[in-house]
Amino acid sequence: MSTVIILADFQGEAATKTTAELATVGARMGSVCAVVLAPAGKGAAMAATLTQGPISSIAIVESDDVAKHGVAAAADALAQVAKAKGAEVVLVASHAFGKEVAARVAIALESGIITDAVDVAADKVATQLVFGGSTTVHSTVVHGTAVITLRPNSVEADLTASSAPSETVAVTISDASKKSSISSSQPPVKGGRPELTEASVVVSGGRGTNGDFAAVESFADILGAAVGASRAATDAGWYPHSHQVGQTGKSVSPQLYVACGISGAIQHRAGMQTSKTIVVVNKDPEAPLFEICDFGVVGDLFAVLPQATTAVSAQK
Amino acid sequence: MKIAVCIKQVPDSWAEKKMVNSRLDREGVDAVLNDLDEYAVEEALRIAEAHGGNEEGGPHTVTVISMGPERATEAVRKSLSMGVNDAILITDAALAGSDALATSAVLAKTIADGGFDLVICGTESTDARMSVIPAMISARLGWAQLTFASKVEVDPAASTVAITRVTEAGVDEISASLPAVISVVEKINEPRYPSFKGIMAAKKKTIETRDLATVGVSVASAWSEVKDFALRPARSAGVVVTDSGDGGNALATFLAEKKLI
Repeated sequence: MSTVIILADFQGEAATKTTAELATVGARMGSVCAVVLAPAGKGAAMAATLTQGPISSIAIVESDDVAKHGVAAAADALAQVAKAKGAEVVLVASHAFGKEVAARVAIALESGIITDAVDVAADKVATQLVFGGSTTVHSTVVHGTAVITLRPNSVEADLTASSAPSETVAVTISDASKKSSISSSQPPVKGGRPELTEASVVVSGGRGTNGDFAAVESFADILGAAVGASRAATDAGWYPHSHQVGQTGKSVSPQLYVACGISGAIQHRAGMQTSKTIVVVNKDPEAPLFEICDFGVVGDLFAVLPQATTAVSAQK
Repeated sequence: MKIAVCIKQVPDSWAEKKMVNSRLDREGVDAVLNDLDEYAVEEALRIAEAHGGNEEGGPHTVTVISMGPERATEAVRKSLSMGVNDAILITDAALAGSDALATSAVLAKTIADGGFDLVICGTESTDARMSVIPAMISARLGWAQLTFASKVEVDPAASTVAITRVTEAGVDEISASLPAVISVVEKINEPRYPSFKGIMAAKKKTIETRDLATVGVSVASAWSEVKDFALRPARSAGVVVTDSGDGGNALATFLAEKKLI
């Protein structure tokens, strides 16, 4: 049976649900070896948090170099484990860190790479949604180890209990992977609202807010939603750029996406049209976003949203 | 200091994109300088300007390097009109349909041969959105990787660079000695509009075109392959109501029916 290496995903020192998702997809293709990159002395404790998903074995790499030198050192370690295990597939989470690690692993293993897969089948065919979700593409790696990054929240994780045996694997981080050094790290600032790309509900505001996001934020809060913004709104300085949804911003795929005062240029649709349910509130009945919405209200968001907020609150 | 900026010409991000023969159709759409690369060009110019400038006879030069069809000269010309000194365009029929591995090999070889100290990239292109090229160039060159920078400080005298890295995982302060590869996030700066003087000056600047033989790398066919692709079924419009005083209530009712609250 072929070996599938997954890079275990952590928040602090606890494995995330993404780790189980990687294992779920990996187990279709072979026996899953989860690699835990840990600071010296933390490996066993971190490996012990891998309690869910079809994981066959755990390879612990203890090295302070990964925390100190970041992406390059992590990729160096992961590539060495993949080589040692004769891995046919390397699966990594598709976030900034994961994609860059995968990029360097592909170079080290002289292998093809596929990023942002939303699924991978047993025959290693990866599914991607490209061009803002308008097109489905199936592709495979045809040279070397299949290095694939998987988008978090794309597959249903097999959450069966796991207590895979672990072993410690020694690696040597090369000098070339230590060229940059991290002097300090701060975890993301967690506001009261969920992270945009992880949220199951997103409420976004655009040009129609005229810079006043209070109604959008109140509705987001009653739904437990993240707040997004169109490029028009972030370019105008009305909302932080980190909240921009669209082609040049973040791509979101929540259960519910509520677009308020956003006309829905292709720029914006590219970042949200794979959302399960789309609700649109806009004064302009000609707004293109109405063409792809499940439910739309033609009306002033400053009247519609407060009323909806009150009504949702009453139903809770 | 010799600064290289890697740029890409992409289909306009406001345009509808489609596949032809398992590849992105680049012919039938407006092509522009990748939005996210404009920040890289601007940052390179600002770094040069903060330390004596990149004017003729100045201590620094900024060169853009791009790989793409002949048509990519348009995007290259835009960066020249912003104030970049010169440009190298690698164009070769054998590069059509090449993957990130081939692209990074071509760029890395060009950078290595050019004697550059610092390479600046955008975080991703708005067409492929892989976000892997800066890391791959760094790996191939064996240079320091400092990516997703929201702030860059270069000390040419000490030959060092420090950045603030911002990702969903948090904020890191990272430093390294030159040479180094950095990528900059959107909104690190406000890219300048080319001035009339800049546009006129750009017409006189050289775009050196190189083929693969001149670059000196051979490129294998892509190491990943598209098996098939399909347009996803278009979403059809659902119920749209016009607010006549109870639009918000109707919205709440819809959410309740869908069990979304």
